[in-house]
Amino acid sequence: MSAYDILITPFADYGFMRRALVGIVALAFGAGPIGVFLTLRRMSLVGDAMAHAILPGAALGYLVGGLSLGFMTAGGLLAGFIVALLAGALSRISVLREDASLASFYLISLAGGVVMLSVKGSNLDLLHVLFGSVLGLDNATLFLLVTASSVSLLTLALIFRPLVLECVDPEFLRSVHGHGGRVHLIFLALLTLNLVSGFQALGTLLAVGLMMLPAVAARFFSRQIGPMMTIATVIGLLSGVIGLLISYHVGLPTGPAIILTAGLILLGSVLFGPQDGILTSRLPRPHLES
Amino acid sequence: MTQASPLPPAIHFDNVTLGYDRHPAVHHLEGTIRQGSLLAVLGPNGGGKSTLLKGISGAIKPLDGQIHLTQPVAYLPQSAEIDRSFPINVFDLVAMGLIPSRGLMGRVSRKDNERVTQALAKVGLVGFEERAIGTLSGGQMQRALFARLILQDAPIFLLDEPLTAVDEKTAADLIGLLRDWHQQGRTIITVLHDLALIRREFPESLLLARDVIAWGASDAVLTETNLQRARHMAEAHDPFAAACERAA
Repeated sequence: MSAYDILITPFADYGFMRRALVGIVALAFGAGPIGVFLTLRRMSLVGDAMAHAILPGAALGYLVGGLSLGFMTAGGLLAGFIVALLAGALSRISVLREDASLASFYLISLAGGVVMLSVKGSNLDLLHVLFGSVLGLDNATLFLLVTASSVSLLTLALIFRPLVLECVDPEFLRSVHGHGGRVHLIFLALLTLNLVSGFQALGTLLAVGLMMLPAVAARFFSRQIGPMMTIATVIGLLSGVIGLLISYHVGLPTGPAIILTAGLILLGSVLFGPQDGILTSRLPRPHLES
Repeated sequence: MTQASPLPPAIHFDNVTLGYDRHPAVHHLEGTIRQGSLLAVLGPNGGGKSTLLKGISGAIKPLDGQIHLTQPVAYLPQSAEIDRSFPINVFDLVAMGLIPSRGLMGRVSRKDNERVTQALAKVGLVGFEERAIGTLSGGQMQRALFARLILQDAPIFLLDEPLTAVDEKTAADLIGLLRDWHQQGRTIITVLHDLALIRREFPESLLLARDVIAWGASDAVLTETNLQRARHMAEAHDPFAAACERAA
């Protein structure tokens, strides 16, 4: 088997592989930079919480409109925005910290969703929502993925400066701009958008993986926010392509194959990353003169 | 409090109470800071110094009363409030000082970049542009924050403990900058602990221990009696404190 057979043939021969590739590229571009901000703001677990929060919304959309992209997306976005807004508002007007209020609301959202489904008496198959179907992406879903990641990148470019400032020096942001706090809500909206579009391909839970694992790995390559976001995106792309190929050749489920690939890249980065990798930082290196 | 000075007011406090969770950190503050003042704010920990600066900067809202600003302010927060693990470099941190003039999303021109470089030169940080802020010493970090103030170029500067964890050389340099700004006619309000320094460099002082203990010429404020009174301020909140009934 030549390298061409391993790397190119699957995509050349099968439309579903090409579609999966486009979907993964879109996801990596949208999710990578968001993931970097989550790790830098010590919010690495917030992605997971938000993924749980949108699950009932997506399931409800499924219940109302069947396996309809529009209904499930709308339901997921709505549930995510509501939870993010309520959690943000509660932490501002009460003594609760944001992690506590977010945890509370996503659990309520999750339980509420399960109750609604059981009252409806539907024997809903949540497997699609949980694990997605990256090999079954139709045109509409691809369009959603590409739109979501474009919107995400453009918005992030617009709010980049205030968002960095909110992370580094929030008091200063408030002193130069009264509405600086809103940038946090916009960021949570982008997070929700990426997770909702991600669950179409990878499922709610694994969409978080393509967001967080490359972002965590990027820390071992750079100490600058710009390069970190680029590297996270590249690692997301690599994980997607390699995961797809492994899944094709070995016959593994695609979503997990992609996330496990990202996990392996993370492991390699932790050990051998040029910036503070565990093994690289132990290599003897001469110190400089000044 | 208000001096018999012809200079117009920069900041006026109208019965201002600032604090958290109904407990005042600054209680019924009344008075005026004139334009061009060089004012040291001092007092015990928990006395409300930082809270006062946050109130003036707009970072927190008064529980009661009003703060009237006649001019824009630029604020240098305590360095402990800055997340130095965040991966940005010195140039970008300092360039944040352009936000009041360029807006949160405005374009930064080549001329603006030159202003950043000039500000860095002014504080002695040439060659540090690309350094991550996490690798700076305490003194270098304060220099960078001073450079950011220079770019903000506001008529009123608020500085919260700018000389903490700073060596003698850096302190002397930074005080030189404060002196220059004062001579340019700016209003400078600085939280400090060093009494000798305040006596030497600051014509006016505000001694704050939740209530104003004394406010005016530094010599008159920094008396042993006043300092004793400030020291006796209870640090803890009284959870059973009755509601304050002083006239609003």
